[in-house]
Amino acid sequence: MRQIIDFFVRNKNFILFLSLFSFSLLLIFSNSKYHSSIVLNSTNSITGNIYETTSSISSYFKLKNENESLNTENTYLKKIIYNYPSTSNDSLKYEVFNSKVIKNSYNLNNNYLTINAGNIDSIAEDMGVVSNKGIIGVTDRISKNYSRVISILNTKLNLNAKLKKSNHFGVLNWNGISNSTIQLMDLPKQTKINIGDTIITGGNSFIFPEGILIGNVLSYKLDDTQNYIEAEISLFNDMTSIKNVYVIKNNHLAELKKLNE
Amino acid sequence: MNNITRNILTAILLIIAQTIIFNNINLLGYINPFVYIIFVAYYPIKNDRLFFIFISFIIGLLIDIFSDTLGLHAAASVTIAYLRPSVLKISFGLAYIHMVIKFKNIDFKNKLIYLSLLTVMHHTVLFSLEIFNLSKTLFIFERVFMSSIFTITLCILFSYLFKTNER
Repeated sequence: MRQIIDFFVRNKNFILFLSLFSFSLLLIFSNSKYHSSIVLNSTNSITGNIYETTSSISSYFKLKNENESLNTENTYLKKIIYNYPSTSNDSLKYEVFNSKVIKNSYNLNNNYLTINAGNIDSIAEDMGVVSNKGIIGVTDRISKNYSRVISILNTKLNLNAKLKKSNHFGVLNWNGISNSTIQLMDLPKQTKINIGDTIITGGNSFIFPEGILIGNVLSYKLDDTQNYIEAEISLFNDMTSIKNVYVIKNNHLAELKKLNE
Repeated sequence: MNNITRNILTAILLIIAQTIIFNNINLLGYINPFVYIIFVAYYPIKNDRLFFIFISFIIGLLIDIFSDTLGLHAAASVTIAYLRPSVLKISFGLAYIHMVIKFKNIDFKNKLIYLSLLTVMHHTVLFSLEIFNLSKTLFIFERVFMSSIFTITLCILFSYLFKTNER
């Protein structure tokens, strides 16, 4: 008994190191919802406030470009509205909220953004986030005033995407290397694909409406199984500079999920 | 100002500087320095080692919370905190064994070896766990190498800027 106690006393540094190290490994590799209950991510009020302040300072330097891009978008949207028959508000399938990115990362393997809209602004988990140029990501952790968004530059995120011209669809996933390109996998072999083709979100996802822009094809090849095409997509969005984003809420989500249970 | 408040203040300053400034440098698109490890490197040697390992873990965890990389920095900084005595022995030899090192007046060569060893260890753990894919080993080495150069340079500059009077 004494020897056992002696052993622990002698190796106390190593034991502490080992337990802390394994605890961090547990945090890294567990995918449980445990993390969302204890606020160990950038949406908690302290980190959220700090990022909000710094981003409000740095946004002054980008005001001109942001205004220009918002103007172009406004004109584009006006054009659509004027050409559409009026729709009543309560039957809309998608609702859109606007928000600002206060923290962005794009150089890690699993990137997340933080936006300044949360529970109060009726944001919930699994809502799509887009900018005026195309897709950004999916919300995953929500606090009162902030939400964390899984960026499309995250190796853990898989999305449904298709070719604009032929409706063949595949899985969109990032390989973690360049922040301007993303990979489209599992396209059927018989797809007629050309360099420069536009890729949009497919209708198979409950999160995004069909037809949101993603990027265009840079190159493509058959994958290891020789049955599917793997394409390299160059993103329309510059993921390194995003400010204004829109969060899309699918009003039929609960119904669709129930149907698929 | 006593030692404890001084250390806490340094830690808070380093965490804020790391998350607001150094995480957003993105040299060549992806190279960022992790300057906060200067805290682990320059923590007074004579203090309690158990507490030192624990405080390094907490600092890593705080950096993680800010950058949404839960566990990565905690694992890396607790590793270098645990291995620091061996690194000190390698870089300073007898001076460490006789407990006569003063961080403020070590010569450049020893300082470079000491900081480089710690940085490379930290970055290796960090990027291996982050990418965690054997087929991307080359990519991991590239990142470790590039970020290490950046971190070492900045750490050495900082060590001249904020000279401490402690042992």
